[in-house]
Amino acid sequence: MSGNTIRVNLRIWRQNGPRDAGRFEDYSNVEISTDASFLELLDVLNERLVVDGKEPVVFEHDCREGICGSCGFVVNGQAHGPDRGTTICQLHMRRFQNGETLVLEPWRSAAFPVIRDLMVDRSAFDRIQRAGGYTSTNVGNAPDANSILISKEVVSEAFDAATCIGCGACVAACPNGSAALFTGAKVSQFALLPQGQPERTRRVLRMVAEMDASGFGGCSNTLECEAACPKEISTKWIQKLNREYVVAQVASENGGEVQEKASAG
Amino acid sequence: MNTANDSLRPLESRSPSGPIETRWARHKADLKLVAPTNRRKFHVLVVGTGLAGASAAATLAEQGYNVTAFTYHDSPRRAHSIAAQGGINAAKNYQNDNDSVFRLFYDTVKGGDFRARESNVHRLAEVSANIIDQAVSQGVPIAREYGGTLANRTFGGVQVSRTFYAAGQTGQQLLLGAYSSLNRMIDAGRVKMHCKKEMIDLVVVDGIARGIVTRDLTNGNIETFMANAVVLATGGYSNVFYLSTNAMHCNVTATWRAHRRGAYMSNPCYTQIHPTCIPQHGDFQSKLTLMSESLRNDGRVWVPTKAGDKRRAAEIPDADRDYYLERKYPSFGNMVPRDVASRNAKYMCDEGKGVGNTGRAVYLDFRDAIERDGEKAIRERYGNLFQMYEKITGEDPYKLPMKIYPAPHYTMGGLWVDYNLMSNVPGLFVVGEANFSDHGANRLGASALMQGLADGYFVLPYTIASFLAGHKQETVNADHPTARQTAADAKARIDKLLSVGKKGSRSVESFHRELGMLMLDKVGMSRSAEGLTHTMERVRQIRDEFWQSVRIPGEASMLNPEVEKAGRVADFLEFAELMARDAFTRNESCGGHFREEYQTPEGEALRDDENFCHVTAWEYTDVNAEPVEHREPLTFDFVKLTQRSYK
Repeated sequence: MSGNTIRVNLRIWRQNGPRDAGRFEDYSNVEISTDASFLELLDVLNERLVVDGKEPVVFEHDCREGICGSCGFVVNGQAHGPDRGTTICQLHMRRFQNGETLVLEPWRSAAFPVIRDLMVDRSAFDRIQRAGGYTSTNVGNAPDANSILISKEVVSEAFDAATCIGCGACVAACPNGSAALFTGAKVSQFALLPQGQPERTRRVLRMVAEMDASGFGGCSNTLECEAACPKEISTKWIQKLNREYVVAQVASENGGEVQEKASAG
Repeated sequence: MNTANDSLRPLESRSPSGPIETRWARHKADLKLVAPTNRRKFHVLVVGTGLAGASAAATLAEQGYNVTAFTYHDSPRRAHSIAAQGGINAAKNYQNDNDSVFRLFYDTVKGGDFRARESNVHRLAEVSANIIDQAVSQGVPIAREYGGTLANRTFGGVQVSRTFYAAGQTGQQLLLGAYSSLNRMIDAGRVKMHCKKEMIDLVVVDGIARGIVTRDLTNGNIETFMANAVVLATGGYSNVFYLSTNAMHCNVTATWRAHRRGAYMSNPCYTQIHPTCIPQHGDFQSKLTLMSESLRNDGRVWVPTKAGDKRRAAEIPDADRDYYLERKYPSFGNMVPRDVASRNAKYMCDEGKGVGNTGRAVYLDFRDAIERDGEKAIRERYGNLFQMYEKITGEDPYKLPMKIYPAPHYTMGGLWVDYNLMSNVPGLFVVGEANFSDHGANRLGASALMQGLADGYFVLPYTIASFLAGHKQETVNADHPTARQTAADAKARIDKLLSVGKKGSRSVESFHRELGMLMLDKVGMSRSAEGLTHTMERVRQIRDEFWQSVRIPGEASMLNPEVEKAGRVADFLEFAELMARDAFTRNESCGGHFREEYQTPEGEALRDDENFCHVTAWEYTDVNAEPVEHREPLTFDFVKLTQRSYK
């Protein structure tokens, strides 16, 4: 650990509530250890603001280990800051230079209204999950876990899709504000696994309908989502989502569930 | 009001007797049922949506109850169960290594240093296998072998491979499974989900838990929700130490508020300090990060022999290094249990031999392992952990020894519950880490996920039915005088915080930090009567100062994290005193509770089974008055009481 200290200038979006117009505010010469995380930089700023009788900057955060998906805002135009595969809580100040100016903004998306400052309302993500991101098996119904064999490759693929932390960076990075990566990852996880087959058609149709109803934009294959995703979730799940959706539409027009076999992609 | 509840005497565990392997089955046969068509008439509140809460809410709704669930997060998926890495135990015996329900039961009782209830632990082991089945049916991608069967790994201190896992993200995958079941019930209109609402009080009407008071974190609105039963699944209290591996928002408020309304708090001094965490880097650190203890398989722990040796690690020859675990515990060496490893790291730092900027760290050195097996082999074993370490510290552990220090992790204590997971307040159920439950004085690795899901999927849904069927209740709504009074009390407390906070000068954070450092020093890895007496006194002083000079900017009528933190820290400032008192009262050492006065000649934890083979349950009296101590004796009929040794 280096134990060095740098000073950075912060330009932070402040907005008192969803209906407030909002504006940038500048905080110059914030001193911080290069060992500190980015959120600890905001902690230091906030403690200074509190003692000075001002209101601290509001941001969402919790586990600070990159897994709960609570945190996330834009630093100098990049969701979760400059490092690939890294949530903002895992980004450390040694990444930045003394005297640098950092511009902090909330996720900008019609589907994610600002609650306050850098905190946005991501309840649209929960609504998409509720529209079918599950298997309909009650507790008590489950057969022995080894009674259905699943190959290591298939379960690894499903796991890769399932590692999404629901932070919203994909939407924030997308010029259209699309939630196709988020939705695609969940649809694909279930489409790959045998347990997901019985509701495969209904699931993708309902989740996509909810995605559209929540105000997310369409996907135009800019692939910005994958670049911003702290879990590096692949855009191949968007392609799979599109295939699943088309097949489901046809199946649904023919009045039946898809009985396609589980396959790895 | 039916007064059948008068027969419910506190601290009667309602644990069945007789053969251990049939206790749960016989108990279930005695439990009352609610007919399917009647279930929708019963309303249950579930507070918290981690593994225990989400699984309980989903399962009760599947059964047909009318459920309302609460989380202070923006989504139920954010609960801190999500961060669990290693795995989940289940007695499946898939590896054909002679595992069984009895072995899992035995390991858990012994691992808990004989301070857990045998009946509960056996039930936990029995239902463990069903959890894996349920998770797989939800589409949870648990790791598999090439042949398509589930994979297992072994975990600390056991002799079988019974741990199921999903890479290093087992908690995330299991929680997303429970979350998906919860979502299904929300989608079906059978769970009403409230996000960003924090429970700030419990409504107890005529001695029965009938509701909760919440604060809406987005606008400050205080609301009252009434029901036929309340389930708390609100996690542990490690953040009393300020720095811990817990998420930033984890707190004791829900259980502490219930305690103030009559629920007994059990064994709060039982806390687990995990040895292999990344040390604190400076005064502004906000939390600590855990790394799997498997690192100790190849890493050697050492400090400089001479206190104050400021040379860089590479410049210190072997002659000037003290591999203290290998020296003190020749047969277990670096693989001693968590509590022993943690305590010894503290002793070394206390002697001035700690390393790094703060002097609160010891080396975990892979030099010899890399020389022996090559860097490639070490990278294969620990690559992801080394990467995580480098991300946080900026140092390359292939070249420099890691610096580690123990960190508060899990809390075994919590609200007292009987065998039905009901507290001494009828109608108040407590599940997961929030109850004192099944881990005794020390929890084994990969058992927390097991307990949370066992409670939520397989235990509570049976036991709560029996309570609901057996206790006819009058309809009580939020206009009931007691409910109104409770809401008024909760509001008055926030108003008081704000009125102090407008004039105050010290940040909430600074109080939390001061409390945490005190607790870590005196009620952490090593405790003494003197230190604990000092702590109780000092906590009272910090609490008084808090209520005189805390600074809270802004208003309570909008989203205001400082108001949220202030309420939680105020509760920690009350809880901390009880924690110290519990540690002071327990004149023995057991598991994670180490009293310096009670150790073997070799310096190990020395239990006093004669006088302390019991659960302590504290009854609240008043904030500045002494609590009343109750005891539930523990008997060990199936696992023989023995002394641990690691020499």
